[in-house]
Amino acid sequence: MEFNLILVGLAGVIAAATPIVFATIGETITEKAGVTNLSVNGTIILSAMTGFAVATSTDNLWLGFLAGAFVGALVAAIVAFSSITLKQSQVAVGFVLTLMCRDLAYFLGNPFMGLSGPRVPPAFEIPLLSKIPILGTLFFNQDILVYLSFLLIIFANIYVYKTRPGLSLQGIGERPASAYIRGTNVNKMRYIYTILGGALVGVAGPMYSLSVKAGWKGTISGLDGIGWIVLAIVIFGGWNPLRGSLGAYLFAFLQWLGLVLQTSLPGIPSQVLQVAPFPLMILTLLLVNIGNAEWVDRTIMGLPENVRPAISRLLRSMKTNPPSSLGVPFENE
Amino acid sequence: MKSGSRWYRFGIQVAAVVLALVFTSIILLIAKAQPLEAYKNILVGSFSSIEAITNVIVVWIPLLLASAGALVTFTAGLWNIGIEGQITLGAISTTLVLRLLQHSDVSPAIIIFLAVLSGFIGGALWAALAGALKTYGGVNEIFGGLGLNFVATAMTIWLIFGPWKRPGIGSMSGTEPFANTLWLPTIPGLRLSWWSLLIGILALVLVYVLLSNTHFGLKLKAVGKNRKAASVFGIPTSNFMMSAFLICGGLAGLAGALQVLAVYHRLIPSISSGYGYLGLMVGMLINYQAIWAAPVAFFFAALNFGSIQLPIVMKLDSSLSGVLQGALVLFVLMMDGVRKRFEKKA
Repeated sequence: MEFNLILVGLAGVIAAATPIVFATIGETITEKAGVTNLSVNGTIILSAMTGFAVATSTDNLWLGFLAGAFVGALVAAIVAFSSITLKQSQVAVGFVLTLMCRDLAYFLGNPFMGLSGPRVPPAFEIPLLSKIPILGTLFFNQDILVYLSFLLIIFANIYVYKTRPGLSLQGIGERPASAYIRGTNVNKMRYIYTILGGALVGVAGPMYSLSVKAGWKGTISGLDGIGWIVLAIVIFGGWNPLRGSLGAYLFAFLQWLGLVLQTSLPGIPSQVLQVAPFPLMILTLLLVNIGNAEWVDRTIMGLPENVRPAISRLLRSMKTNPPSSLGVPFENE
Repeated sequence: MKSGSRWYRFGIQVAAVVLALVFTSIILLIAKAQPLEAYKNILVGSFSSIEAITNVIVVWIPLLLASAGALVTFTAGLWNIGIEGQITLGAISTTLVLRLLQHSDVSPAIIIFLAVLSGFIGGALWAALAGALKTYGGVNEIFGGLGLNFVATAMTIWLIFGPWKRPGIGSMSGTEPFANTLWLPTIPGLRLSWWSLLIGILALVLVYVLLSNTHFGLKLKAVGKNRKAASVFGIPTSNFMMSAFLICGGLAGLAGALQVLAVYHRLIPSISSGYGYLGLMVGMLINYQAIWAAPVAFFFAALNFGSIQLPIVMKLDSSLSGVLQGALVLFVLMMDGVRKRFEKKA
């Protein structure tokens, strides 16, 4: 009985991580092409509001998701235009957009606050597969969004690492000059991947407002901050869609663990556990980056011969490196 | 071309402002509101009376401090998104000193002085944390600062509902207000304190002098422009980056201290009120030129204070000010790019 309860809880973790998986893969693809779209946090909030407003007004769930994707693509197009065509700082533009989209969502979402809207149909079992012990409950008794996220993870990995356009995607983020020489229109492809990634981030919004955290409640919708976590997970995932998705599940699992601990350890104030993801985010980034720090190298060199390889291997295994041309504009002259 | 380029630049910026207004007007029309009526209400809300104008100045002061701080870290090439949390830690440190000394025999003037000092130190230390994570841990200051912002807010709420709760039960309205002997004196009948204003303006002037007229400022610019080159020329870049964080955090902490001592007279959950993010926006809008910080921050303060009228008069959300501020920065950035593109082609 107890075991089943944990299993159901873990199945909930997979469902809760689904929007983060979409947003993480979207941003990973954008960054793999060499563009940082820093607007993720604002985009998710704005697309959540828009998706909810559209779905509620038209009573059509799928139009809501379409609207969310459109908002994400539009914001990403502004990032792409400002950084690729106008050569402005990606960080500056993304930062302004993330703040502005949040305020836009609160402003335009005002009339939709607290309304009850449509919801994504509940979980359904996949015949046969759901009968597999443990795995059936975890993976095959979920709603349609979760199944779509599984397909997305598989597809994104095959696309990036096993197909020709995927290899070209890696090329424009790593060595745009040689990609250009091989005949790739680097900036056009960066536009496409930024907008595509933005659309995937945008889908995450309605996933919240129409399913995971159904409804629109303005500033207390509980969506502020998620986008920043997504950006950190992309780094943690080493710009790899599969590793990023695992990061998303790990994050949702730790959040769930926090909730479970809260009921069993009432001594910890709830506010502390609510923000636990953020120090955790810092700590994770510290672990994946510390191997790059100069003083760490020096310290390791000073260590006794017999422990040195083990420590440096450990640091190297955690370390992730961004695409070499991430954030660097490309000029084809 | 050269003689006209100054007017040309000015024209481009006017165009950016017009575009931002057009964009915001479209948003207002989507919300089924009259744009001109909304703008009028914002202006009336900020400038219709002496009281309103002084209230705009009350908002201007923390924004001045945050903008001045942001300019220092921007100059060092750093995105100190953690200003928000540094304001909060300043407020917490100030509250701590006030709570420790409020029933002691120490004279109120000294308590207030120590509280302000403590606010400065609290903000600086919080910034040092983000700085150390960046400089020695390789954690991008955007993530470090942002994470610490959330932690700072949680700390405030925890203190208000936990150790520092009001007699009886803690509430979102904040801690128990301090005795008015511990308030920074305000102009009778108004919320504005000359002391706060003095500190705010002084901070910006000092930052201006520091960045444009000192050796330190020059080296900081070198670090910001090209960290590797600066390092090759023997500038200890890590020290300069840490100094920028400390100065910015200290100024942000001062803002937090003044919010406690002169405005709210207690610690409230949203003590930083978004001024940290707004300070960064001011820095971006003025293209990191300190000389423009005061008027632009004043304009932003007027938008913020004036938009409080919107929910009352027009049943609109006051977040419209954020939309307009964001649109202004975005279009100024974009038009700057357009200008450079044309200049390159010409």
